Amino acid sequence: MTEISKEEVKHIADLAKLPLSDEETGKLAVELSDTISHINILSKLNLKIKNLSETSQISGLRDIFREDVIDSKRILPQKEALSNCKNTHGGYFVVKRILG
Amino acid sequence: MTGLNNLTLKEALEGITNGEFSGRDVVVDCLAAISQRDSKVRAYLSSVSLDEINSIEPRSDSVLKDLPLALKDNILTKDFKTTASSSVLKDYKPQYNATIAEKLIRAGAFLLGKTNMDAWAHGSSTETSDFGPTLNPWDLTRLPGGSSGGSAAAVAADLCLAAVGTETAGSIRQPAGWCGVVGFKPSYGRVSRYGIVAMASSTDSPGPITKTVWDAAFLLSILAGHDVYDATSLPDEVPDYTARLNDSVGGLKIGVPKEYFEGVENGVSQKVMEAVKQLETLGCLVKEISLLDPKYSIAVYTIIQRSEVSSNLARYDGIRYGEGREAFGPEAKRRIMLGTYALSAGYYDAYYKTAEKVRTLIINDFNRAFSEVDLIAGPVSPTIALPVGVSRGQSMFGEMADVLVEPSSIAGLAGISVPCGFSEGMPVGLDLIGPKLSEELVLRVAYHYEQSTEWHKERPNG
Repeated sequence: MTEISKEEVKHIADLAKLPLSDEETGKLAVELSDTISHINILSKLNLKIKNLSETSQISGLRDIFREDVIDSKRILPQKEALSNCKNTHGGYFVVKRILG
Repeated sequence: MTGLNNLTLKEALEGITNGEFSGRDVVVDCLAAISQRDSKVRAYLSSVSLDEINSIEPRSDSVLKDLPLALKDNILTKDFKTTASSSVLKDYKPQYNATIAEKLIRAGAFLLGKTNMDAWAHGSSTETSDFGPTLNPWDLTRLPGGSSGGSAAAVAADLCLAAVGTETAGSIRQPAGWCGVVGFKPSYGRVSRYGIVAMASSTDSPGPITKTVWDAAFLLSILAGHDVYDATSLPDEVPDYTARLNDSVGGLKIGVPKEYFEGVENGVSQKVMEAVKQLETLGCLVKEISLLDPKYSIAVYTIIQRSEVSSNLARYDGIRYGEGREAFGPEAKRRIMLGTYALSAGYYDAYYKTAEKVRTLIINDFNRAFSEVDLIAGPVSPTIALPVGVSRGQSMFGEMADVLVEPSSIAGLAGISVPCGFSEGMPVGLDLIGPKLSEELVLRVAYHYEQSTEWHKERPNG
């Protein structure tokens, strides 16, 4: 069984930008280890998939393009674009300072 | 008139055409049923009020003639709260409609309200909803299934005429099966995903949940079609799916995979085998076939779905809309974490790449089966609806409950759940699976089966 340590959970949470409590971190270490032991069953198919290519999408379509033009039906006026934002200033989204 | 909420779409359309009542009358009866009974079932997260309906212009000459439909709450509806049952989006009011909401409105649907679901569609119980579970109208101590549990329960309890759900792997068919209604999962790309809160983009498929197969075919004719806003939507022509329901099913070959009956409750197996016998009586040729053990699909689905979830949910930063990432519930956190792990440096090959290769194996396996048979029949779920509380703290609950519908979802095939009887007083669903873009064939066989039985006439309220 693959064991995931609390340190690994913290590292993944950092990558996923998920704030976790200590309790959640401990619980997730157990739950993730459990799920991974389930998915390790795929190793039984190693021989069967050796020569297969990967399927990343199943639409059967490829190279779907559109004209590089502005679609006015999909443009939101500023007021509407900000309508769900709790923190705005002068018609802008307010974000956390990222420099200095 | 009262009790118009009990009608099927077909019956209601006929009644309106004959001048017996209006679509608005049906809306009024549905709202009355919601206010009387939804405090117990809790299928809806929000619904329109009686006052609101008077401000809307009647459109009795439209295709849907103002008939009331319910939408799963991950389908964006302009200016109408859309939460995906998550606290993160508890106050979110979309600035635009999903393509399918737009299509339904244009066709004259009256959108009655938004139905409960597993938060972000992560689950198969509707128990992971951040706003509390929906209950099964057949037995309020049991779950409706999920993730489209609110939609299925609303249809079963006659709290709407029909509903729309979304399926990533079982989320239409499994709740339809547990609630004793019809659930149709279209081929991937047949129905646009634009404006639907994304879960696993490579398998998400919206579709109808209805009281009858005819209703499903009718709604699908409206929902399906190419959408310039969804690059994965298929350009193929959309037929009138009701037109050929009566065509013969004689001589069609139905494959019954023995692997899909392992670990299935006796009561469920028995009903599904009786349904297969019935298909034989209707002139179909039944043949036992062998498919890849569905347990491998659990693993493939878990990896692919979690990976796509971690990517899709990365956009919720709480800046432009919604709450911050601390507001994700335990199930969403689990899935984001596993997906991030599976895609992270050093593990990508072992998990994601392997899962995508097994996905090819599953597709090849179905292609082989469909060279021998026209359709595949099996149970939708290994069990009848399970008791409330059973999913809590089980990180793989959904995957286990959906084991029999995951392979066909991973392969992007068309499938339907049709009521095929009862076990311990609870509904059992028959799953009919067809090749990609075999919507007409799947619906036709389901229709012949349904019309030769009485199961679809059973309702939880007697």
